[in-house]
Amino acid sequence: MRSNLRALGIGAAALLIGLFLLAVGLELAGYDAGAALAALWDGAFGSWRAFTGATLVRAVPLILIGLGFALALRGGALNIGAEGQFYAGAIAAAWVGVHAGGWPAWVALPAVALAGLAAGALWMLLPVILKLRFGVLEVITTLLLNFVAEALVSFMVQGPMQEPSGIYPQSAPIVEAARLPFLFGSRLHAGFVVALLVALALAWVFARTWWGFRLRALGEGPRAAEVSGRVRAGRMLAVALLWSGALAGLAGAFEVSGVSYALYQNLSPGYGFTAIGVALLARLRPSAIVLTGVVFAALEAGAGAMQRDAGIPAVAVYVVEGVVILVLLLGDAAARRQASRRAVPVVDGSP
Amino acid sequence: MDPMAVAGDVLVAAVGIATPLALAATGEVLAERSGVVNLGIEGAMLFGALGGAIGATVAGSATGLGVGILAGVLVAALFAAVAIGAGADQIITGTAVTLASVGLTGTIYRQFYGPAGVGLSLPTLSPIPIPFLADLPLIGDALFAQPVTTYLMYILVPLVWYLLFRTRPGLAVRAVGEDPTAARAAGVSVRLTRAWAVLAGGALAGLAGATLVLAQVGTFTERMTAGRGFIAIAIVVLGRWNPVGAGLAALLFGLATALQFALQAAGLDVPYQFFLMLPYLLTLFALAGAVGRGQAPAALGKSEG
Repeated sequence: MRSNLRALGIGAAALLIGLFLLAVGLELAGYDAGAALAALWDGAFGSWRAFTGATLVRAVPLILIGLGFALALRGGALNIGAEGQFYAGAIAAAWVGVHAGGWPAWVALPAVALAGLAAGALWMLLPVILKLRFGVLEVITTLLLNFVAEALVSFMVQGPMQEPSGIYPQSAPIVEAARLPFLFGSRLHAGFVVALLVALALAWVFARTWWGFRLRALGEGPRAAEVSGRVRAGRMLAVALLWSGALAGLAGAFEVSGVSYALYQNLSPGYGFTAIGVALLARLRPSAIVLTGVVFAALEAGAGAMQRDAGIPAVAVYVVEGVVILVLLLGDAAARRQASRRAVPVVDGSP
Repeated sequence: MDPMAVAGDVLVAAVGIATPLALAATGEVLAERSGVVNLGIEGAMLFGALGGAIGATVAGSATGLGVGILAGVLVAALFAAVAIGAGADQIITGTAVTLASVGLTGTIYRQFYGPAGVGLSLPTLSPIPIPFLADLPLIGDALFAQPVTTYLMYILVPLVWYLLFRTRPGLAVRAVGEDPTAARAAGVSVRLTRAWAVLAGGALAGLAGATLVLAQVGTFTERMTAGRGFIAIAIVVLGRWNPVGAGLAALLFGLATALQFALQAAGLDVPYQFFLMLPYLLTLFALAGAVGRGQAPAALGKSEG
């Protein structure tokens, strides 16, 4: 419990440092930092509408992708291709959603979600094969496939999935039955509840299951885990990576069936990368990912308001996100150094 | 259309596209040979591009290249401070540095060129034909009638190769990347060596970004590197951590990208998006063939606590 509180404190400090640097930078650049931060706050938390319809809606993909990233990294694998898996999921979900005419909602909604999950996992299949069979780092392969996915979406919305009039680069709208219901009469869709449930499920897997324990052992020392013979490293890693892709695909599906109702280019404003910060800030803990997902979503939601109301480019919040991660890394390094100083040296090591 | 002329155009475009990639990849070879994966070179390239644009606006193209290099070094210094100085995870540090760079360059750009951030148009560096060589059939224009940045690449790639494999500092870099403990025992400072390698890599990434603006696009736009820094990292693997190999791999990538012009000229009825995918897919499958032979530096990615 104490370590949780400590982690929360460090996270909050990192966030404050990030925002402080943003304010200083904006003042130096001649903007009104006070007005900018006020706009940021208003856009994210200013009203119930803003909180649900702007912040929490953006939190859904960030939480889902962040959970998937954490799942893979627990096993020692880095999935930085969530953007691509998100698009794969969005394509599949839109395709099912458009063709779900006449289906009842209780069939259409699960079908859309499953399509997203399956497509996300499928998009991860090639990196998994390349890693296990040829030893190509998943960092590189998942990343390369982002570009392929973006080109594929571009092809789909101008080709086979283009809306019937053939004018706009977007798909036809998905049918009513395939659209997620809203919560509390707001613009927040039911995908939020699913994201919370996935977080709960993952927390349980990590903390209470043999599989979760072995995955962690694998991530912390693949050699040791494999030599001990109890962990079949390749297979476990494949499962973790495929689920990681599946969750990003689900995020894409929810974006289509809960927000956009059609497939577009640039559907994601970089959720796949922002979610990495979300998961890291939460130290890969599922419950904390929900919290940090909302925080980063608030930054992104507020960024839009900041650009509208204070004329500050929305990309400025990426500075905050980057700084938060860097401060956290530095904090960890300092903690490690402190710990090693406190520990009694067993062997007189090199300097 | 004359097939020879089309092939010539494709080759010219291929070398143009390959130039910044080869520069950035050569820099990353240096860093990775010292045991450091720097995903922040995407950010360094982006800053190099912005530096190139600002420098060129203020005082001309040569200054632009210089400012671009400097900007790349600064970004690499931030990465080195966290990943090498504090011993933090390299991949995560690189991701954060790139994220912050996207935000900073976007903001600074608007600050410099007005809130709309449009209308910046810089004259691109003109090709310099090398006498006689430029007259060679087919490859003459592609290889020997290029902007000065391509010739810089011709010099820097073998230079880094020579540095790495034929000099003592190069030996130190490779030793630190293979076995830091042994290198330390031999009196080499692991952190200092890595820091130098990463800073030099940042300089090359910055030059690559400036090249993108000053030799190819002629303007700066938000996120304009569009993942080229990451591609450069894939190219390093493809080139088996050898500058010359990376240069050739960059050329291959450039060729795959430029091929779309030829295929479109040929009137093939294939959607252009598939040509966009081609270089990435080709890289993926080339990686499957190239890796797995144990060429990576043994200590790659492992921080020194």
